Amino acid sequence: MSHTAEQDAPTTLSGWLTYWRIDLPLAAALVCCGLLSLFVLYSASGRSEAIVVDQAIRLGIGLSGMVALAQVPPHWYRLGAPWVYALGVLLLIGVLVLGDAAMGAKRWLDLGVVRFQPSEISKLVVPLTVAAYFHNRSLPPRIHEVLAAGLIMAVPVALIVQQPDLGTALLIVAGGSFALFFAGLRWRIILLLIAAGAAALPLIWFNLHEYQQQRVMTFLNPASDPLGAGYHITQSKIAIGSGGLFGKGWLNGTQAHLDFLPESDTDFVFAVYAEETGLFGVLGLIAIYGFIVARGLFIALASQDTFQRLAAASLALTFFFYAFVNMGMVAGLLPVVGVPLPLISFGGTSMVMLLASFGVLMSIHTHRKMLVT
Amino acid sequence: MSSSDDAIKNHGAERRLFLRRTIAAGVLLLILIGLLVARIYYLQVAKHGYYETRSQDNRMRVEVASPVRGLIYSRGGELLANNQPAYQLEIVPEQVADSVDATLDRLARIVSITPADRSRFKARVTQTPSFRGTPIKLSLTQREVARFEVNREQFPGVDIRAGLTRHYPMGKYAAHVVGYVGGITERDLADVDRKRYRGASHIGKSGVELSYESALHGNPGSRVIETNASGRALRQLDEEPAEAGQSLVLTLDAKLQRAAYDALGDKDGAIVALDPEDGGVLALVSKPGYDSDLFVDGISHKNYARLINNPHKPLYNRALQGQYPPGSTIKPVMAIGALESGLIDPDKRVWCPGYITLPGSEHHYRDWKRSGHGWINLTQAIERSSDVYFYKLGMKLGIDDIHRYGELFGLGHKTGIDLPRENPGIMPSREWKHGHRGQPWYPGETLITVIGQGYMTATPLQLAVVASQIAERGHAFKPHVLKAYRDSQTGATQAVTPQALPPIQLKDQRHWDTVINAMRGVISDPRGTAHHYVGMNPKYPIAGKSGSAQVAGLPQNEVAPDLASIPYKLREHALFIAFAPVDDPKIAVGVLVEHGGGGSSVAGPIARDVIDSYLDSQQGETRGPVTAQTAATGAAENS
Repeated sequence: MSHTAEQDAPTTLSGWLTYWRIDLPLAAALVCCGLLSLFVLYSASGRSEAIVVDQAIRLGIGLSGMVALAQVPPHWYRLGAPWVYALGVLLLIGVLVLGDAAMGAKRWLDLGVVRFQPSEISKLVVPLTVAAYFHNRSLPPRIHEVLAAGLIMAVPVALIVQQPDLGTALLIVAGGSFALFFAGLRWRIILLLIAAGAAALPLIWFNLHEYQQQRVMTFLNPASDPLGAGYHITQSKIAIGSGGLFGKGWLNGTQAHLDFLPESDTDFVFAVYAEETGLFGVLGLIAIYGFIVARGLFIALASQDTFQRLAAASLALTFFFYAFVNMGMVAGLLPVVGVPLPLISFGGTSMVMLLASFGVLMSIHTHRKMLVT
Repeated sequence: MSSSDDAIKNHGAERRLFLRRTIAAGVLLLILIGLLVARIYYLQVAKHGYYETRSQDNRMRVEVASPVRGLIYSRGGELLANNQPAYQLEIVPEQVADSVDATLDRLARIVSITPADRSRFKARVTQTPSFRGTPIKLSLTQREVARFEVNREQFPGVDIRAGLTRHYPMGKYAAHVVGYVGGITERDLADVDRKRYRGASHIGKSGVELSYESALHGNPGSRVIETNASGRALRQLDEEPAEAGQSLVLTLDAKLQRAAYDALGDKDGAIVALDPEDGGVLALVSKPGYDSDLFVDGISHKNYARLINNPHKPLYNRALQGQYPPGSTIKPVMAIGALESGLIDPDKRVWCPGYITLPGSEHHYRDWKRSGHGWINLTQAIERSSDVYFYKLGMKLGIDDIHRYGELFGLGHKTGIDLPRENPGIMPSREWKHGHRGQPWYPGETLITVIGQGYMTATPLQLAVVASQIAERGHAFKPHVLKAYRDSQTGATQAVTPQALPPIQLKDQRHWDTVINAMRGVISDPRGTAHHYVGMNPKYPIAGKSGSAQVAGLPQNEVAPDLASIPYKLREHALFIAFAPVDDPKIAVGVLVEHGGGGSSVAGPIARDVIDSYLDSQQGETRGPVTAQTAATGAAENS
């Protein structure tokens, strides 16, 4: 027996959710995050209603997209992923040729109606493509399969590095690597790769743009340049630290409102949140994120084929990775990379794409074939 | 799939593998979350205090609200020191269209910008946030302001800012009384309450500006400003308004001050005119004066060198600091001493040849009149300024009493006037000589002391005090320049009570009459030394006494040559003390003309000019009162 869309129109909430293939725990946590985002952004933007309305619209679009994607049977994703992947690569090439430059980097593609970053498509589709690649293969993967998966990641990553957008490239590598990890990549290879990566660090260093080198240097010693490159991190630490246990209260954070904190509604929104809600607010947010990731991993464990397992687990872990990198960066644990705080930062593409990945997760979870034993 | 043949998918094994990987991922996840929470805990709990402080420092800035300095008025309400709007040219670097340097070059075409202006600007601009203005030129002339206004659109980021700068309308005429303010230095701050000088740029450096600095300065307030990241003020969180300094009304008569300055003509000298009834300084002149405005915004090296190297020493306040032998002006004091000691009979005539000698000495102590005065009494001795009469008087009195009576009139001690850097002069005594020279007192020194020569020196101010002591018959007041404090906001005045000097009590009041009559005779008697110069067409009785003080001791036995033939620096100083009207003294003056020559002929007419200027005019500044009520009284007296 299975629940399918062909059933009669639902009359109860749970029936309605089932009808629309919505996973209640996941959806509830995501909506929570979305609403929280509206409050945080209202404060972080200096009480701009326009930004809140904007974000609400994107949240609406994202949630609709998520529900729509949940309707699609998971094997369609498996079959479609390589094609979307190819489209994504084409768009990335398009960006390099035609893209709009913003802040010194070409990341945007203007399609007339919407401006968006094609790299966001790759973020979602690279783990799916890797998962699809391993679907019919015997696991753990053998060395040539690992290399093939590496190539799947390398093409879009190489294009994105050209933009340059190191942060996104890193996230894509992470997403694909998670899929490889869940596919059972042998520990010794993992260790080998980590060692190789460490060995390649100097090489990477010299290929970094100056501003990227600066960011790393700043990360290592923010006090060296408190008014220049270290400014972001110094100010965000002040914001977080001054929040204390309970925070200064909603709308009462001074760091962001007085412009001490740059990019307070995008990449550094976490600092505003931490300043205003304190340690308890931060723990609450981490709990919500943790719950979402846990639910994602649960969905992966409950899923019924290799693609679904790998896709669900790597998407969940990618989500966590985003959150960790952002919070770690704002808190001064990691160097500054342009990663938004998932579901909270102001930004359309990121919000829509993240919710899309949860649409895929819901699709996987709600299309399970119930085996009666 | 081509490769699927080498291995058959083992679903069970794969599921177990996946489970293990998920558990590994979960562990990694927990570790990372733990790390993150630890970091946040460190920032928000462990280091909360530190970051809390940083956050407060970040957003709040305390700005000092500088108090407006009190004004200084003359007794008639004429401004002696005021705060004038000054136009300062400022550049806000972030608003400049091209480069700051290019803007400076273009600016230099319409206002004068010296290399010094430029280098000062360069030094300051680097220490100022780029949204804040840095002054390029401190005081623009009206012409430059106009020229800039016309071309304003060409200079985005350049603006004129109005501030206040100290201005001294009377300039050189009153420079030695009013003094000036100048840029505050570390040394100035050592003597004041630093809290009151937060953000202050100027402090009183001399004159009234210095002696009443504390009242004039006021108290700074503060504004707590919330700023954004670039330091731009967003709103005021708290304010404690500044308290303006108190204004001062001086006893100085502006019109008389000018008249006195002009009366000295092209000569160097000093004039002090006191109101004998309360000790108020009506005029205090030291000539040459200087332009006190020069000092306010930092005097240029060139101007300073010019003042310092000027042989006439314009910065030297002769009235307070100059110590001159008082010469014969001291004779009335000595006469009082001798009368009070009962050593002389004022009516007894004494033979005055052109000189005397001391027993056992060949030295001739000469009279200024080489032929001598013949038989004269005390009155005649004062009128004609007989030296021989006073040599004899001095021999009777002795140095100890000479010293005692001199001190009684305030000689040898600071008068305690409320102006800085007063000198005490010297009223010599045996102790003084022993202490300063390590020698005993010689009888001959008594003779030259009694005629105000030798070691004895006095300031022109002290001479004016002596004149007012005699005018008031020993009941004079301490000289002072402050008449009243005036509240800068309400205009309410609070008068300062004059302080009486220790009274000079004589056993016989007639001694005052004797001496005062003799001083009157100096001017009114046809044989009085000053009659010819001062006593013509008197409008009111004047009492006076001349003095001529030797500078470099001309050999006593030589005939004093013609004045013009002596080098300027060696010419004697001309002195005169006077008060008038004799029966109800309203003004007492001390006049010194440096290297002027004869006291009666040079200093006397100047004293007369000053007295006339004060007593003749009943209008305006003269006797002109601060309040409308006394102004009406003055007008009534006039009618």
